Amino acid sequence: MKKSIICISCPLGCNLSVEHDDKVIISVSGNACKRGPVYAQKEVFSPERVVTSTIKIEGAKIPLLPVRTDKSVSKDKMFEVMKEIFKLKVKAPAKRGDIICQDICKSGANLIATRTLDKI
Amino acid sequence: MKNDFQVIVIGCGVVGASIARELSRFDVKVAILEKEADVSFGTSKANSGIIHAGFHSTKGTLMARFVVPGNRKFDRLCDELEFPFERRGELMVAFDDNELRILQTYYKMGLDNKVPYMDLIGKERVLEMEPNVNPEVEGALYAPTAGIICPYEYCFSLTSNAQENGVELFLNKKVTWIGKQGNGKFEIETEDGSRFTSDYIVNAAGLYSDEIAKYVGITNFRIVPRKGEEYLLDRRVGKLIHRVIFPCPTSTSKGMLVIPTVDGPVMVGPTARDIEDKDDWATTRDGLKEVFTHAQRMVPSVKTSDIITSFVGLRPAAVGNNGDFIIGTTTVPGFINAAGIQSPGLTASPAIAEHIREVINKEGLRMELKPHFNPKRRRVASKVRHMLENRQYSQYGEIVKKDKTYSKLVCRCENVTEAEIVEAIRDGHTTLDGIKFATRAGTGRCQAGFCTTRVMEILHKETGIPFEQITKKGKGSEIAPYPIKKGGVE
Amino acid sequence: MTKNVDALIIGGGPAGLAAAISLKKNGIDNILIVEREDCLGGILLQCIHNGFGLHRFKEELTGPEYAEKYIEMLEGTTIETMTNTCAIEIVNEENSKTVYLMSEKSGLIEAKTKVVILAMGCRERNRGNIAIPGTRPAGVMTAGLAQKLVNRYGYMPGKEVVILGSGDIGLIMARRMTWEGAKVKAVVELQPYPGGLNRNIAQCLNDYNIPLYLSHTITAIRGNSRITEVDIAPINEYKEPKKEDTFTLKCDSLLLSVGLLPENELSQLAGVNLDRVTGGPLIDTNYMTNISGVFACGNVLHVHDLVDWVSEESEAAGKAAADYIRNQTIQKNKIAVRVGNLVRYALPTVLEPGKPGILSLRVIAPAENTTLYVKADDEIIYKKGHKKIFPSEMQRIEIKEVPQKAKMIHVYLE
Repeated sequence: MKKSIICISCPLGCNLSVEHDDKVIISVSGNACKRGPVYAQKEVFSPERVVTSTIKIEGAKIPLLPVRTDKSVSKDKMFEVMKEIFKLKVKAPAKRGDIICQDICKSGANLIATRTLDKI
Repeated sequence: MKNDFQVIVIGCGVVGASIARELSRFDVKVAILEKEADVSFGTSKANSGIIHAGFHSTKGTLMARFVVPGNRKFDRLCDELEFPFERRGELMVAFDDNELRILQTYYKMGLDNKVPYMDLIGKERVLEMEPNVNPEVEGALYAPTAGIICPYEYCFSLTSNAQENGVELFLNKKVTWIGKQGNGKFEIETEDGSRFTSDYIVNAAGLYSDEIAKYVGITNFRIVPRKGEEYLLDRRVGKLIHRVIFPCPTSTSKGMLVIPTVDGPVMVGPTARDIEDKDDWATTRDGLKEVFTHAQRMVPSVKTSDIITSFVGLRPAAVGNNGDFIIGTTTVPGFINAAGIQSPGLTASPAIAEHIREVINKEGLRMELKPHFNPKRRRVASKVRHMLENRQYSQYGEIVKKDKTYSKLVCRCENVTEAEIVEAIRDGHTTLDGIKFATRAGTGRCQAGFCTTRVMEILHKETGIPFEQITKKGKGSEIAPYPIKKGGVE
Repeated sequence: MTKNVDALIIGGGPAGLAAAISLKKNGIDNILIVEREDCLGGILLQCIHNGFGLHRFKEELTGPEYAEKYIEMLEGTTIETMTNTCAIEIVNEENSKTVYLMSEKSGLIEAKTKVVILAMGCRERNRGNIAIPGTRPAGVMTAGLAQKLVNRYGYMPGKEVVILGSGDIGLIMARRMTWEGAKVKAVVELQPYPGGLNRNIAQCLNDYNIPLYLSHTITAIRGNSRITEVDIAPINEYKEPKKEDTFTLKCDSLLLSVGLLPENELSQLAGVNLDRVTGGPLIDTNYMTNISGVFACGNVLHVHDLVDWVSEESEAAGKAAADYIRNQTIQKNKIAVRVGNLVRYALPTVLEPGKPGILSLRVIAPAENTTLYVKADDEIIYKKGHKKIFPSEMQRIEIKEVPQKAKMIHVYLE
């Protein structure tokens, strides 16, 4: 089977042509670096994405704290993770890197704060 | 009784506002009913802002009767109400012999209307005055008494001063029914269920003045919206022309003009197209092409790449009346029309207002001058903006020491500080468009990209209106209507 | 109130921060950063998505993280920062400059400085600029304003969205709005190729089956209080819409991602000459504008696609500014850089013979199997083959040494 995918490992966004037989990758072309085939392997059989969003924070100078998963999560868990993020709320202070939710939705990734907000 | 008045003015565009302000000089109980979320939100918001010299109006019409007296009153009004106004003068330019003959016709019309100081000038003088006019120009009719004004600031200033002198303004009150009580008073019902009573009604409802008249059984005129598209050009081309440049007119309009504005940018337009829908405020591709073709004929360096925004105005053209104003008493005692006011309505408005006041007086309403009438309206914050614009930094620095709200810049493009925004909000402008018209915040190059959230924060702080309910121009036009369940403004 | 500094940096975003740190590293102590928002970080603070820092920090970070890493570098230094402070005028004098500042806390400040670094970033092209026919209802806004409303304030501007322009901001917002529960019905792009990075097409559109209409434009906006629908039409080879193929999409919000413009109002007022193509100041190899002692870096100079290069460029500008403060260094030998037809711009527009140089450039249209050349007179001093090259990707060319005797530099694609 042939599949065209765009590699998202870096901003170059190479257009990859991938050949696979549903079990293994046969060939990858179009990549500018060695991250391409690694990405192709993942994308074809177990696609993953980093999820970024905001959660409500009380007691800081702004109402929202930006967050992200510290690793990419399985694509089919993406919306479940988003729904879980909707429910979350924290109190200031928050520090960049704080773990807001450990192993969110059993995805293997932690949800971390991406900004430091002091208590006002 | 609470909502009982002697005169109710329906519609608060420049006409309604002028009338209300004129009436506020007298000891008369007056109210204005305006259907939108702010005044000047109908035809008046899209006015070209020209105070005409008056040679366009045909002798014998009401337009001709009121245009020159109206024009004359603007210096005093400007002094009293502090709205931006400059007597720049206007040029009607001609490019061939036929057009030169047309100039002669308008010169005579001007003489008939007693337009002062007009002059027929030749090519050299035109180009000396306005070097950016097409060098193929052959001559022009010059009228130095024409001027430029900011129409909505004018309307706001009239309304504000009227209110200060006792007139009550009711916004969001669309009139849905008018009847007569046993005692001869009018009874007015509005869309939200409010009721008002009044001895006299002045119908200044612009596009909808025919529908208001229908409520009392008057059906002898119909208002047809005549659409005009205008394009605003970046202020960097503001120096292109100093005076208002007119072409020789067509049968339906004064033509597409090149208009300097008091604030700086240049406007081109308007088109003139009769339409059916009183709610069709859309600019069109064809309109753009039409405007620029005609404008470039007069001022060749006008370019579409200079456009910063565009808008539509709908003139309330009265059908079945030779397109003249419909002013004065009607078959219904107490119901007075100030309808069908298209160009030169803005110019004529002060004279129309005086006339309407006289009419009401003659109809039987006793009017004594108010001893404590305050003609002066003072806006403080905009003066400070002028200091900034004129680089008077030490003066500005002194003011900032006393009032910190002058040190927060809300609109970067137009130098509008928090103080000005707060002043506008306290003056009754609680929509982004209303604040925009009152302060110019949002009219510059970035078209409110930077200031929108800042203005919304100040509005929320001053009025308590929840962030998600802040509108562009009234209910239904909320900027950010959906709070994310987890978010909110502090 | 008056102040005296060695370097005044206008803008506390990634460009200003990197320039300040570089000035410090190169021996300058009295540095002031002025920022008009209430905190440092610039536009990065609302860019909560990842994709930043892969080159600079070898990790993929979100905007706020990247900004904070730089803000942390200010700690312990003597670099002073003033937030809620807007620069309103720069006056150029014989041996110094006076910058008038409006500070919310301290009122009007007259700051005397040896060097000014322009780092004001850019603003968005808007609906008014491109004159989309139709009405002016609520619900029409730039993608950046929508991003601020969603990420900083927590409000969605609409639930059924159409996006005009496939630049990165538009693509990112397509995903962001989808994640917050909106339905993004289409992304409409005038050009036959997308405006943003390929990876964003994948992770912002393809992932959510959001249709991308290339070579299309919006021909009408309808709705009086709030937008109700838009007309979309394909365009012909003259970029005119094909009326007969117009279709309508209902929506309650239209986001515009139709270009970024370096924000140089302040620069122009000060007499800085601008490059007509980039909209940013004309600079020499030292990032200095036509006014001695006034430097420019970051998006105010030209629009970047990666913040990593903003930081690098600003570090270089800071270093050059430090050199100017200490040694009054001015580039004396300048040779012009000319671009060939397929290159939209290259900067700086002058290089210095005998010295290294970095050229940043963008091509005019996508090209395949092509080579980027830099020639010094007749000698090829740089050559790189590209299988695919896009206008949305800024190219960086490092030249080890510009030949001493060169008279002109030529940059072109073949």
